[in-house]
Formats: sequence, C-alpha cells, structure tokens
Amino acid sequence: MIDYGSVLNNTVKEIKPSGIRKFFDIAATMDDVISLSVGEPDFQTPWEVRKAGITSLERGKTKYTSNRGLDNLREEINNYLTRKYNISYDPESEILVTVGGSEAIDAAVRAIVSPGDEVIIPQPSYVCYEPIAALAGGKPVIIETKAQDDFKLTKKQLQDAITDKTKLLILPFPNNPTGAVMEQKDLEEISDVLKGTNIMVISDEIYSELTFTNGGHIATASVKGMYERTITVNGFSKAFSMTGWRLGYACGPKEIMSQITKIHQFAIMCAPTTSQYAAVWALKHCDEDVEHMTKEYNRRRRLITKGFNDIGLSCREPLGAFYAFPSIKSTGLSSEEFCERLLSEYRVAVVPGTAFGKGGEGFIRVSYCYSTEHILEALDRIKKFVEGLKK
Amino acid sequence: MNIELLKLLYRNAKYTEEELATMLDISEDEVKAEIKQMTKDGIICGYKAVIDWEKIDNPYVSAIIELNVVPKAGIGFEEVAEQIASYDQVESVYLMSGVYDLNVVVRAKTLQDIARFVARELATMETVNSTATHFVLRRYKELDSKLFIGEKDGRGQLFI
Repeated sequence: MIDYGSVLNNTVKEIKPSGIRKFFDIAATMDDVISLSVGEPDFQTPWEVRKAGITSLERGKTKYTSNRGLDNLREEINNYLTRKYNISYDPESEILVTVGGSEAIDAAVRAIVSPGDEVIIPQPSYVCYEPIAALAGGKPVIIETKAQDDFKLTKKQLQDAITDKTKLLILPFPNNPTGAVMEQKDLEEISDVLKGTNIMVISDEIYSELTFTNGGHIATASVKGMYERTITVNGFSKAFSMTGWRLGYACGPKEIMSQITKIHQFAIMCAPTTSQYAAVWALKHCDEDVEHMTKEYNRRRRLITKGFNDIGLSCREPLGAFYAFPSIKSTGLSSEEFCERLLSEYRVAVVPGTAFGKGGEGFIRVSYCYSTEHILEALDRIKKFVEGLKK
Repeated sequence: MNIELLKLLYRNAKYTEEELATMLDISEDEVKAEIKQMTKDGIICGYKAVIDWEKIDNPYVSAIIELNVVPKAGIGFEEVAEQIASYDQVESVYLMSGVYDLNVVVRAKTLQDIARFVARELATMETVNSTATHFVLRRYKELDSKLFIGEKDGRGQLFI
C-alpha cells in the first residue's frame, strides 16, 4: 500500500480546499434556490465571435499556434490596450496569450517569486493569489483593505507591509468581491511608495471593462513609474462573456515576459487555437457588444445597490466588476451564518465575504450576473429574511 | 422621449416606476412624466401579459392569413387595413413587402371559427383578391419570451 499522505507535496497538502464548495453542493441539491453566487457573465458570447471560432474550425485551423499566441491576436491585444487604456506593448516580445487570466497570474508569479520571497496580497480578493504564491515557495503577506477606505489599497497599508524581502505586489482591481477600483490618484500613491524599489506588480485587470467611474478604468501600467514594474493581466472571460473559451493574456517588460513564456511553453504549449481565432474577432469588432453588456450590468448594479440599502443592509456603491458587497453586520450574524440561514430558510445563495479572506467578515458577496427579474426576486426574499431576523 | 425607458418597458412592463428610475439613473417623477407623455402621444399603446395558451384547457387557435389586396387610388391599403383591424378576432395587421400585401393574425376558439371568419368576412371584401390561411401549430417564442420550459442556468457552480 502506498502511503499517499507521504508522497504528496507538502505545500499542496497545506492548501485549504475552498470552504465554499460545501455550500455550493448543498445549494445544488435544492431545486427552488435562487442564486446570486455565480461570478460568470449570464450573457452568451456574442454570436459573431462564436461564428469566428466555428469558421476557424471549418477552415482546418486545428493545430498549435506559436507559444506566444497568434501574431494577429497579439497585435490586436496591443491595439485594444492602446485604444482603451493608453498602454502599448510590443506584440513580438511583450505579450503572451494564456489559458485565461488564471494561467497568466500563475506563470507570472512563478517567474518572479523564489522561495522565501514575500508577496503582498490585498484581501478581500479572488482566492487564487495566496495558493499560487505559496506553490512558488513565496510567503503571502496579506493586507486587509477596509470598508472605510472603499476597500482600496492605501499608501500607508502598503508602506507598512513592505520589507526587504518583498518581491511582488498583487493589485486585484477592479476587485472581486468588493467592487473596489483604484483610480488615478490611488495608483499614483502606490507608484510613489514603490519608487526606487525592485518590487514588481501583477495587476489583475480582468474586470477592466466593468468599471463604472466617470474616468473609466485606469490601467496600472499607464501610471507614471509603473510601466516598467507591472505585468498587466487581462482576458476575454468577463469583458466578452467568453469564460469557457479559456483565454487571457499577460503583458510586461520583455526581460520578464521571455521567462514567463518559458513556463507557458513547457506547461501549456499554447492557448486553445479556436479560442484565439474567436478572440481576434472579438477585439476587432465587438466594442458595441461590450458597451451593451456593460450598460446592462450598470443598471443591475444600481438596482441591487439600492435594493440592499433599502433593506437596511448598508451597501457601498461598487464601482467595478459585477458584485455588490453589502455589510450584514446590522443583523448580528456572522457572514457564514447569514449565508447558511438565508439559503436554508429563504433559498437564496450568496457567498460569505470570509471566502475571500478574513477581512470579508461582516459582508456578503452578491453577483449581479443575473436578469433583473431574478435579482428583484432574490432581493425580495432577502428582505423577508432580514425583516424576520428583527422580530 | 426616453428610448431606454421604452426598451425597458418593452422587456418587462411590470417594472415599478421606482425600479425603472433606479435602472435609468433618473428620478421617479421623470419616469412618471415620460410614461404619461408617451402614452398621450400614442407611443405606448398598451400593456399585456405574454401567455402560453397551450398550457390551459380550450386554448385559442391562431392563424396567419396572407391577403392580396387591390389598393385604392389615393388611400392605398389604409382603408382595407383599418377595416380588417377593427374585427375583435384580429390580433395584428401588417402591410408586407413581397408576394402578398397584408399579413393578418387571427385568433379564435376553434379552427372552424377561423375558417368561417376568413370565408365570410375577409374573402368577401371587394378589394381582397385572394387569401392563404396558415394555422399556427405551436409557439416557441412570443414577444421575446421563450415558451418552452426546462431551460436551466447552464453555468457550473464554480467558485469564482
């Protein structure tokens, strides 16, 4: 008999499985559950994009592409980033097409972090950064962003977290789950703190198209002093409703990108060919579709924010991504208790804030990737639940 | 005139004024005033539920009738179209491009009722040259609403 406990990698064994899994499994067994838990667009991939994928298959485009991705896809990624965010990368040496933003993050962290290096991760945030840093032998250093700072990373917090071992800062904005965004002045402050250091930044901007500030999304790399230290990660999942196509990209200084490309080359070879052809079409022709989806998300965002505030669960205006992050502190329940009771008593599934880090206690994450009718029905049930708690 | 307000009402006429105001980021009073004005101007002509009649007993039957009509000098198709539209059985009347002129959707209790209506009322009109009646067998989508059930949220319960 093999003792599997002893054959497994220790770091892997120490990674905690997502606690939310159990919760989702329970929800899946109930047939009258109304969910606001899925962090995936409800829109279909625009038809023209799907057709571009089909056409590529009909034309026999079924082989590997180059490791970095199709030439014209990298060119279109550069055109897109220039057009939208005023940053530019050399398609030959500074852009890598990856299997979703997730692979880009993983490969970038592995390329930069050596054992013992500290990786600063603001939380609440998406759950992948901590385990990825740990797998690379890095030491995650958590900064808890605060509601009173609108869940932004502040200059002070960053200064306090930096040591001589700090190698990398993750900037997960627009943020899942808080909906926080970093605006021009916020990023300038971060740039000031990092000035003169060798600290690199991975800026996960997967939700960039879903930014609802007047100024729109500000790419970290577009801020003075940041370009040379930033790896910009983005992708097609959220902006173009292309989650299942698994396509993202990383852009940054060529000295770093050539090393990231080695990891990608040996672990992945190349991103899916069909998806790459579809993505070329998306970047060239789908600005209007993106605008349409963003407008719809924006309406739902206003509806859900007002809905929670009317119920008495204080909810800051989320300025990015497609989540609201209302406070449930007034109910006296913990985030997990709130979610469990809401699910079992009123059949609504939302995610406890603690799933995204300890700092999420007292909050719940509510996705608005659902039709307005669905959202209104869920709000109605949540209202009844909260009113019942007061009695 | 607020086109975005119209689009939302066309999607779901049951949104409350408060919900419409929130979604459009305008005041409730503005929503009320806009709806009132657009109704007065005949832009908003009515509100209806989308009903799948097949799910109840004794449902209606419907037919689409293609009419070839001789247009009248000066008034064209208007007179006959308005005359046809005045029947209660008639759900909609469209002037068409192509091989026929008027497309009339008729609703009645039975197939025989529709047949009688076509034979007695439509075919006998002086300006109507010919009719072709197509009975509707099944509706799959009506006014943007899908009428088949069992369509589930296909998204996996991934934790993202």
